[in-house]
Amino acid sequence: MTSALSATDLGKRYGRKWALSNCSLDIPEGRVVGLVGPNGAGKTTLLHLAVGLLSPSVGSITVLEQTPASSAEQLGQIGFVAQDTPVYAGLSIAAHLQMGAALNSTWDAQLANRRIHDLGLDPSQRAGRLSGGQRAQLALTLAIAKRPSLLLLDEPVASLDPLARREFLAILMEVVVDHHVSVILSSHLVADLERVCDYLVVLAASRVQVNGDIDELLSTHHRLVGTPRDLDNLPDTVHLIESSSTDRQTTVTVRSVDPIMDPAWSVESLTMEDLVLAYMSQAEEQRRDLVRSKGGEP
Amino acid sequence: MIEFRLNGNSGVSPYQQIVQQVKSALRLGRLRVGDQLPTVKEVVGKVAINPNTVLKAYRELEHEGLVAARPGIGTFVVNSFDETTYAAQRTLRRSLEVWIEKARRAGLDDESIEALFVDTFLFSPKELVR
Repeated sequence: MTSALSATDLGKRYGRKWALSNCSLDIPEGRVVGLVGPNGAGKTTLLHLAVGLLSPSVGSITVLEQTPASSAEQLGQIGFVAQDTPVYAGLSIAAHLQMGAALNSTWDAQLANRRIHDLGLDPSQRAGRLSGGQRAQLALTLAIAKRPSLLLLDEPVASLDPLARREFLAILMEVVVDHHVSVILSSHLVADLERVCDYLVVLAASRVQVNGDIDELLSTHHRLVGTPRDLDNLPDTVHLIESSSTDRQTTVTVRSVDPIMDPAWSVESLTMEDLVLAYMSQAEEQRRDLVRSKGGEP
Repeated sequence: MIEFRLNGNSGVSPYQQIVQQVKSALRLGRLRVGDQLPTVKEVVGKVAINPNTVLKAYRELEHEGLVAARPGIGTFVVNSFDETTYAAQRTLRRSLEVWIEKARRAGLDDESIEALFVDTFLFSPKELVR
């Protein structure tokens, strides 16, 4: 199976600060991938590396098995909608479509016109006068009409109201059905992605915390509730992600392929949001430990 | 044609909600043998969920022998629960509506009405008295 995006020890540094480090990923084609993480986690950096707007400081990245922006053909396979769905405010919708046709060898004018018509937009209208939701739909139309194999969307629904958000994601899912396109979309809100994604990448503190098929991740992660001493009796195959304790009770989030059979623990399943939050707080905990240990040195 | 609605806070996964809604529509006669289920594209365009979620739900219904996919055309109901009860359901629903109306007039709130119904249902004799 070909990879939509593959990265090996990928890192990007700005001055002394690493925006992304030790990033290794292998995302198969045909998935809808949610790239989740807090603001400043490295989501935009990763997407910009994937489209070739940035080049790696270390490591390597391939998209659809090719180096990003290595050729016009390679760029033709990628549809990218940058953060805040930018369009040219002074140009009409029709001018945007003309520009798309002139710049892309694989432009599907029929598809673009039909989508603008279906959205109920007037082609002569200037893009600067569109609502946030309409602007996002125009940007998505431009990205889709070049008939890409992979769509990359950076926080596409962050600035939209709930209805526009739902409509945008619904149309995106129709596109997935019609054109079998792979999608990677980022958000700092899990709720945006929970329904539409089937593959998850959690980025926090410039690192990939976890990634994989969502059904598989949910079936291998558990929340255990028990007493503090039970923690020492966990088998080696159980990987501890997050724990919190009072003197009476310990709650832990763990990853384990095998089911937890120890009757000392009561086992609960996790939602995608629980899972993301557990990995995010693990990353935050590690960051604090690091700051503390540095602060402790003379 | 039925329409799915998804509740994000129910704790039931979207795929299970679709399965349950098809089954409930079959039980209530809203869906009958020969009816077509919405296409995957229609569902995702309406409720914004991953297409694989819909496919998974339809596959489960297919596995249970309730629906069958006709390639290139769509997914159709091929089997249902006992259709002979549909006629009885109409009069039963009407008497239930009268009962609910009475309960409201007696000052019961929605939760009390539901609790009373569920409680009575659970403790009623399971076997039909002949």
